[in-house]
Amino acid sequence: MNLEELNQIADAVRAENGKYDYAVNVCQGTGCLAQHADQIQAAIGASAAAAGKNVQVRRVGCLGFCAAGPLAQLEPEGHLLKGLSVARADEVVSSLGGSPPPGLQCELSELVEKQVQVVLENSGKIDPEKIDEYIERDGYQGLVKALTELRPVDVVQQITESGLRGRGGGGYPTGLKWGMVAKAAPGQKYVICNGDEGDPGAFMDRSVLESDPQRVIEGMAIAAYAVGASKGYIYVRAEYPLAVSRLTSGLREARRRGFLGNNICGTPFDFDIEIRIGAGAFVCGEETALIASIEGLRGVPRVRPPYPASAGLWGKPTLINNVETFANVPPILRKGGAWFAKVGTAKSKGTKVFALSGKIRNTALIEVPMGITLREIVEGIGGGVPEGHSFKAVQTGGPSGGCIPAELMDIEVSYESLIQAGSMMGSGGMIVMDDSSCMVNVAKFFMEFCMTESCGKCIPCRAGTVQMFELLAKICEGRATMDDLDLLIDLCSTVKEASLCGLGQTAPNPVLSTLRYFKQEYIEHIQNKRCPAGVCTIKHEEVPA
Amino acid sequence: MSAATEIKTLIIDGKDVSARPEQTVLEVARENGIEIPTLCHLDGLTDVGACRLCLIEIKGQTKLQPACVTRVEEGMEVQSDSERLRKHRRTIIELLFAERNHICSVCVANGNCELQSLSQELGVTHVRLPYRNPELTVDASHERFTCDHNRCILCTRCVRVCAEIEGAHVWDVMGRGAGCRVITDLAQPWGESSCTRCGKCVQVCPTGALYEKGKVGIERPKHPEFLPYLNLMREAQ
Repeated sequence: MNLEELNQIADAVRAENGKYDYAVNVCQGTGCLAQHADQIQAAIGASAAAAGKNVQVRRVGCLGFCAAGPLAQLEPEGHLLKGLSVARADEVVSSLGGSPPPGLQCELSELVEKQVQVVLENSGKIDPEKIDEYIERDGYQGLVKALTELRPVDVVQQITESGLRGRGGGGYPTGLKWGMVAKAAPGQKYVICNGDEGDPGAFMDRSVLESDPQRVIEGMAIAAYAVGASKGYIYVRAEYPLAVSRLTSGLREARRRGFLGNNICGTPFDFDIEIRIGAGAFVCGEETALIASIEGLRGVPRVRPPYPASAGLWGKPTLINNVETFANVPPILRKGGAWFAKVGTAKSKGTKVFALSGKIRNTALIEVPMGITLREIVEGIGGGVPEGHSFKAVQTGGPSGGCIPAELMDIEVSYESLIQAGSMMGSGGMIVMDDSSCMVNVAKFFMEFCMTESCGKCIPCRAGTVQMFELLAKICEGRATMDDLDLLIDLCSTVKEASLCGLGQTAPNPVLSTLRYFKQEYIEHIQNKRCPAGVCTIKHEEVPA
Repeated sequence: MSAATEIKTLIIDGKDVSARPEQTVLEVARENGIEIPTLCHLDGLTDVGACRLCLIEIKGQTKLQPACVTRVEEGMEVQSDSERLRKHRRTIIELLFAERNHICSVCVANGNCELQSLSQELGVTHVRLPYRNPELTVDASHERFTCDHNRCILCTRCVRVCAEIEGAHVWDVMGRGAGCRVITDLAQPWGESSCTRCGKCVQVCPTGALYEKGKVGIERPKHPEFLPYLNLMREAQ
């Protein structure tokens, strides 16, 4: 495979698409499929055939505006339709070429305007199970370029220059990590893609895997070439059956086209990928626990160092990156590291995908440039909180993150500024809260999550999260004293400093950040036995007669 | 030891000490009479860094590191004792006491228990946290030994000694978080498991979770110190 052959494939796809007068791209992500998007696609197809219109009805990945689904995009006009149903298929077909049927069109101006799509550039535009459609949108040019024009060290250089940082949440410089694995002792090395996305309210990786699996496969192949690995694993949670099935067919297609296997693109480079399916443990998103799980062991973290870059899977040097990190790689190789570094802030480059949810008008999967303010995301793209409520806080970083209050809404989105605000970038969940949310209850919710997901290996996390949850429950129920609050703060410091892995070390963050900005709510629960948001049920002690 | 081994020098609690490069901070500290508390560590078994009692401060690092798995480095400056470390250690001990049903006065290991003696050394005079009082079982199905989950601290010494020294791997851990339990085979009763009856797990158990039937702690002190000797003899073979 060379660039010329890639162009031939792309031309064939374009010729095929050019045969049609219109196209209806029906979203087949998990959200829309749950509302029978497949039946809607079939109905539109049947209706088009009956009407004698020359329409291409296609299956595409996530169109981003998940809460308004089922969605479809009409070409060539570009209208986005929401709330589709089988009953309205005829209307959609007869409206082609004119204005969309009443009530179905999405108002998208701001939702689209502020976004910059790098990772999601093909999402909703291609059929996720057709590799040729990926190739038509410049897919695999990055891999071919890397294999035929660049040395591995040049590939690492491109990534370093791009300023890309780990999108799983930690923000470790990707180029640095690749360089470490590349420099590790030669011999067997591995590349692992971490798709064990488990934060409540986060569905970025799922969408990427479902909408554009080839992008992740290409990113992994480029990484394998750069670090000298010949074997890769994609670790996906079993709760994502659609992602697993699209990846499985994606791997088959990639092998068929010769992008995986031996002598890829006629070079001596060999690489293949296997899927490993998680068994539902959140802690397996931690890299050492994930590696143990792939090895067939119980998914518990181990102490680092040694880091996986020097001793990872089966003790061999291993590169482990998140789905979104790998998804950023193909365009960097195609367009150069300098191109990528143009977007973002001084230390956080490129874009970030966020799953925007909670008390917000537009629940959506969005991709924004680093450096955008939280206000632009929540009020601009998200459309603000529902009518009649006032915005209170936004939670980022899942159970490891924190709540950022309304007065800090003008901080920019970057790894550093979010940590400074007491939260973190995390993998990209963004939960918006309004005045009907109780911050103590939010902290309790995340603590319960950490408590049930603790692996049980180290004592501070195993026993500490249980005690912290009990204390939070006590506060919520109005049974606590100010001494309990002091004890809670004391436990936070031990669990944060003494836990073995990231799960325990960050488990107190939701408590610490809500205490930092909303301490009055805690005190209100304790001293006045009342929940200001009216969420918690205060248990009043019976007064003896 | 090869002649080319590069000896490292470092400072622990203000004391200059020397070490071979493969040694851990814990090993070197103990060689030099500096006691760092541990529960999951045992000489002769691989370290897992799970109990977090041996956390130390290293100059130049903000994160605390477990001494049992931290390798020595040239010029390293280690603080093994400070108000911050003592506070965390005491809290960890309290968390352990509150987690299960540790009542020393009615325990077979009373007077011969590492959890008990550590809590005395660290000055844990009372537990600020509410006891969780979980309902746990006692497995007395084995003809010689008993496993009392009420007193287990999940240090996994039994798991490691069975897998690494005895080579039977009868013990393992099941479950997640507070629901973790040590189990024999696939959670079968101990007496029906593939146990070889060697008793190593009982000897290494730091508390009264695993004990020999009919014997109370002081009558029968445990002897976990046989492990390093056993390892040495094996390597010599």
